[in-house]
Amino acid sequence: MAKHRLITALAGGALALGLSHGVSAEDLTDIATGKMLVDTCAGCHGTHGNSVGPASPSIAGMDPLVFVDMMIAFQEGDTYSTIMGRIARGYSEDELIQMGEYLKEQAFQPVDQSYDESLVADGEELHDRFCEKCHEEGGKALVDVEDYIILAGQWTPYLENAMADFRADRRMLPKKMGRKLDQMLEEHGEESLDALYAYYASQQDYKQE
Amino acid sequence: MSLNRREFVKATGAIAAVSAVGFPHIARAESKKVVVVGGGTGGATAAKYIKMADDSIDVTLIEPNKEYYTCYMSNEVISGARKLEAIKHGYDGLKARGINIVHDKATAIDAEKKEVKTEGGETFAYDRAIVAPGISILYDKIEGYSEETAKTMPHAWKAGEQTKILRSQLEAMDDGGVVAIAAPPNPFRCPPGPYERASQIAMYLQNEKPKSKVIILDNKQKFSKQGLFTQGWERLYGFGTDDSLIEWRPGPDAGVNRVDPETMTLYTNFDEIKVDVANVIPPQAAGKIAQDAGLTDDSGWCPVDKKTFESTLHKGIHVIGDACIATAMPKSGYSANSQGKVAAAAVIALLNDEEPGIPAYVNTCYSIIGKDYGISVAAVYRLSEDGSTIAGVEGSGGLTPADAPDFALKREVEYAYSWYDNIVHDIFS
Repeated sequence: MAKHRLITALAGGALALGLSHGVSAEDLTDIATGKMLVDTCAGCHGTHGNSVGPASPSIAGMDPLVFVDMMIAFQEGDTYSTIMGRIARGYSEDELIQMGEYLKEQAFQPVDQSYDESLVADGEELHDRFCEKCHEEGGKALVDVEDYIILAGQWTPYLENAMADFRADRRMLPKKMGRKLDQMLEEHGEESLDALYAYYASQQDYKQE
Repeated sequence: MSLNRREFVKATGAIAAVSAVGFPHIARAESKKVVVVGGGTGGATAAKYIKMADDSIDVTLIEPNKEYYTCYMSNEVISGARKLEAIKHGYDGLKARGINIVHDKATAIDAEKKEVKTEGGETFAYDRAIVAPGISILYDKIEGYSEETAKTMPHAWKAGEQTKILRSQLEAMDDGGVVAIAAPPNPFRCPPGPYERASQIAMYLQNEKPKSKVIILDNKQKFSKQGLFTQGWERLYGFGTDDSLIEWRPGPDAGVNRVDPETMTLYTNFDEIKVDVANVIPPQAAGKIAQDAGLTDDSGWCPVDKKTFESTLHKGIHVIGDACIATAMPKSGYSANSQGKVAAAAVIALLNDEEPGIPAYVNTCYSIIGKDYGISVAAVYRLSEDGSTIAGVEGSGGLTPADAPDFALKREVEYAYSWYDNIVHDIFS
């Protein structure tokens, strides 16, 4: 999904300024800094983007491309939201890029939450079989890899809501993910999702570095 | 006997002047001083964000109370859905960041001399001050109402003791009782607050005292999130029927202008209403210190530069939160938090003789109407090109859609709780 949207964004010239090289100050005289913009998110997503939860996710340490992509999907309603879309529409793509770059500099801190320990081993096995190909390294927040989506150490209530949206067609489900999900649910039932959540929640001690 | 801070500043100032000849770097190395008046949402946020961005700045926060009760979520305390302890926050987190916390009351601000005086007799010099005093309750706008009367007819518009009084009165009330909320005229702290309160009280009555009702005696003809509130009341509390748990009487005629706590009577232009519990929320203005320091205009609120929140009446003093006039931004916790960050960045830039950067502001405001039933309003703002207003970005923000499905209303409650946990952590930790 991320890649698909990025292509759209690139075609629209959204990323013409170039993420990896930063945006020159001259181009951005009318844009607030990434820090100033992201500071406004803290009321729901935590100081520097690390949420104390439980329903609003941490946004620190996100892949900047994934961040911009998700925000565009919220803006356009491709991803359902109660409130995020209304807020996302307040930012230009250039501003979103600034925000994404700043967020990437904020290390993701896996959240301290309870989970069912007895499900973790099953969850890891399911993850390795059905998810790991796209959600590398157990779904961790990574550093030098592109396109990662943070699952490990993310708030479980957020993941549950996101999954409910995928399954109810309220969030764009990539074809491959849809196939893997169907296969997993068919073979292992609804409980397999709980096992996955437990596995992601259990990863509390790693550092994004 | 110890020197007070001012004498100390004077004494060391004299020494510094002498040694400055020999050690000019000492004068230059002296850290910049920011004094923040008021440790509520705006003030505490500003203090924290200045310290986080530049640890070398000497930040003092003057706040009389050792504990702060957030006004937001206090309606849940009134209905019994939340404990009072759960909206109480201390200052240890800010102390640990190196912020000098002074539990005293600021009584005067001298913009010329750049110093703040306190009730305790101390004087604090500043390079820049941030004033975040919240609101003052204008008791004398309602005949018969006073700080004393508020113990019998609580306003509960500053959380803490007042919240507790209103909650105990509701608990003590017999089934079949009448609760009145006298809603204030604009502008006031937390525009949807009286209506969320009516909802929360109705939820309590429905569960515990179903023969009772809550009547809103309003000064206004319309109110914040009105469509969503009335829709929720219709769905949950029979609004509009004879058995409704909530009745709303619109202004200006329903506005309460006199009270008699002896007989528990509220007077409007044409009516007198005898009630069992009276929640009287009077008109408001900027916190007292802002008025005493000459930071308010004829409206009773503080005019500020919209980019920096620096007072347009006194240079070097920034006013944030409920007390300031922030055009489109409502007087909410999220606004105060957002303004605290804009002011913090501006203060740091100005202390370094730099031009403050482009500001960014957001407001998000949840109201919990009942179990699993939340609504919200949100806005992203920008400074207008001429710098005169803070205006919502076109095409963004707005209300929960009227056709939001049940699962969405339930999620809004989840997000309201997550918002609460995150914002208080952002302010006080």
